[in-house]
Amino acid sequence: MSAVTRGPGAVSGAPAPSRVLRWSILGVIGTLFAVPIIAMVEFTLRRGLEGGYDFSRWMLVLTGSLGPEYRVLGQAIGNSLVLAAATVALMIVLLVPTMILVHLKLPRWRRVLEFVCLLPISIPAIVLVVGLAPVYGVIARAAGSGVWSLAFAYGVLVLPFAYRAVQSNLDAIDAPTLTEAARSLGASWPVVIARVLLPNLRTGLLAGAFISVAVVLGEFTIASLLNRQNLQTALVIVQKDDPFIAVIVALLSLLFAFLLLLVIGWIGRAGVNRPRRTS
Amino acid sequence: MTTVEPRRPARRGSTGSRGESSASTAPTRRRAISPAWGVAPFALYVALFLALPTAIALGTGFLDGDGAFTLDNVAALGDPFVVSGFTTSIVLSAVTAIIGAVLGALVCYALIGTRPEGPLRSMIDAASGVLAQFGGVMLAFAFVATIGIQGLITVQLRDVFGIDIFADGVWLYEAPGLVLPYIYFQVPLMVIIFLPALEALKPQWAEAAATLGGTTATYWRRIALPVLAPSFLGSLLLLFANAFSSYATAAALTSQGQSIVPLQIRAALTSETLLGRENLAGALALGMIVVMAVAMSLYALLQRRAARWQR
Repeated sequence: MSAVTRGPGAVSGAPAPSRVLRWSILGVIGTLFAVPIIAMVEFTLRRGLEGGYDFSRWMLVLTGSLGPEYRVLGQAIGNSLVLAAATVALMIVLLVPTMILVHLKLPRWRRVLEFVCLLPISIPAIVLVVGLAPVYGVIARAAGSGVWSLAFAYGVLVLPFAYRAVQSNLDAIDAPTLTEAARSLGASWPVVIARVLLPNLRTGLLAGAFISVAVVLGEFTIASLLNRQNLQTALVIVQKDDPFIAVIVALLSLLFAFLLLLVIGWIGRAGVNRPRRTS
Repeated sequence: MTTVEPRRPARRGSTGSRGESSASTAPTRRRAISPAWGVAPFALYVALFLALPTAIALGTGFLDGDGAFTLDNVAALGDPFVVSGFTTSIVLSAVTAIIGAVLGALVCYALIGTRPEGPLRSMIDAASGVLAQFGGVMLAFAFVATIGIQGLITVQLRDVFGIDIFADGVWLYEAPGLVLPYIYFQVPLMVIIFLPALEALKPQWAEAAATLGGTTATYWRRIALPVLAPSFLGSLLLLFANAFSSYATAAALTSQGQSIVPLQIRAALTSETLLGRENLAGALALGMIVVMAVAMSLYALLQRRAARWQR
């Protein structure tokens, strides 16, 4: 679950396997893992009962000329994007200042914060949903049942990922010294945070934000059981009418998430290679 | 927050000493608000959306329909229907965790000696992240397209080799059908969490073994495997917990099934009275949390042991 940030990738000290062995292992497992993806692509290209293949459904999706019965899908994608943005905002407004504060001023609370932030790993979403249902009952009566309120639950889901990403960045910069230097030069606390700490934390923040987006776009359990519409729940509905379109959209979202994580990895490595590394 | 906390000694010698001394010579001219208050918004948020739901989920198991205390629901955990759900869940999670851990460790082994910032590793990192975290609904589609009744592999096996994988009935939508999709997200998760342990093996150990005349086989058997054992077992537990708590793939594959605990919770939540009991979802959630707590505590123990070799 620690996909985001790995330390500066040290080359392992263990003896490497021979080229032949390496590529046979990767080849066999890679092929096995490619089969379901290929099967999905093959499925979307099938031409009904008469057999054969064509790209007509892909053209339909990519040109955006789907019929009105698929409007739910567009709406759901919109919902998921709103939720992703709201979740990231929640992370930046609530989690990041707390982490900076604990790191600089309350070091004794670090273990507590870490424990709390990693706790959602141990609590299955399906368990959380049992308790969230009454909580959202209250929210719905007070603020309506808009989809945006799901962001509060998603903020909890992404807590472990966001925490790891930001914390590893926070550990890598010498925040106390940077802060003291800025303070002794006369900077106020808001200036210290906005112009010294946040720029230094940008790789961690970006990685945390992207992984949060990936998690939110893939979330199904909570939305489905609280009867909210997001990308994943809409896919399940569309799949019952037209499995082909659902599979195409699933493939596209998979590709999108893959590119997102590729960029995270790239950002992470750029961060590691920066000369600013201390300690 | 403009004063320096007087009671906390400067952590890094000279840099902090100036602020520190000024604070001690002029004791608390201005009472600053304690920085602890800055944690309040986050604490409130976590209390409302993590602690409260968890408490409700665990607490409702002890309440009956009218809100009075009862052990009825918890007693229902002994019902054969629920026991079979937990058994299926645990067996499914254990089997896929073991297969996933072995295959994932093999991939990690194959990656030894590749450049961490090279294109191969970048691709595998990103692909693992997607499959381990994004899976869910998409995996259900993928396996319907692969080994569904009209799936690519099903049709090929039937038409080319004359093998009907569903000769004894369609098992894709039952618990056995979950094994392959689960392995599909377990292997990438193993790659993500086990690779750092493998990377922490020190080159000096291999050199020392070689200098003393040890072969590569000796190195793996006497040094690397014992050092890696706690990490491997820890990863195994994390994989188990991951499969045990996963819901989306199973839910997207079957809209009615109740073979594993998460699906039983869905049934309890949507139908109100499963087994003629209200609030059974709470009791099931309690059961899940107990299993998760055992797995995660063991994981923490093993992690502490593994950390010894990763400094």
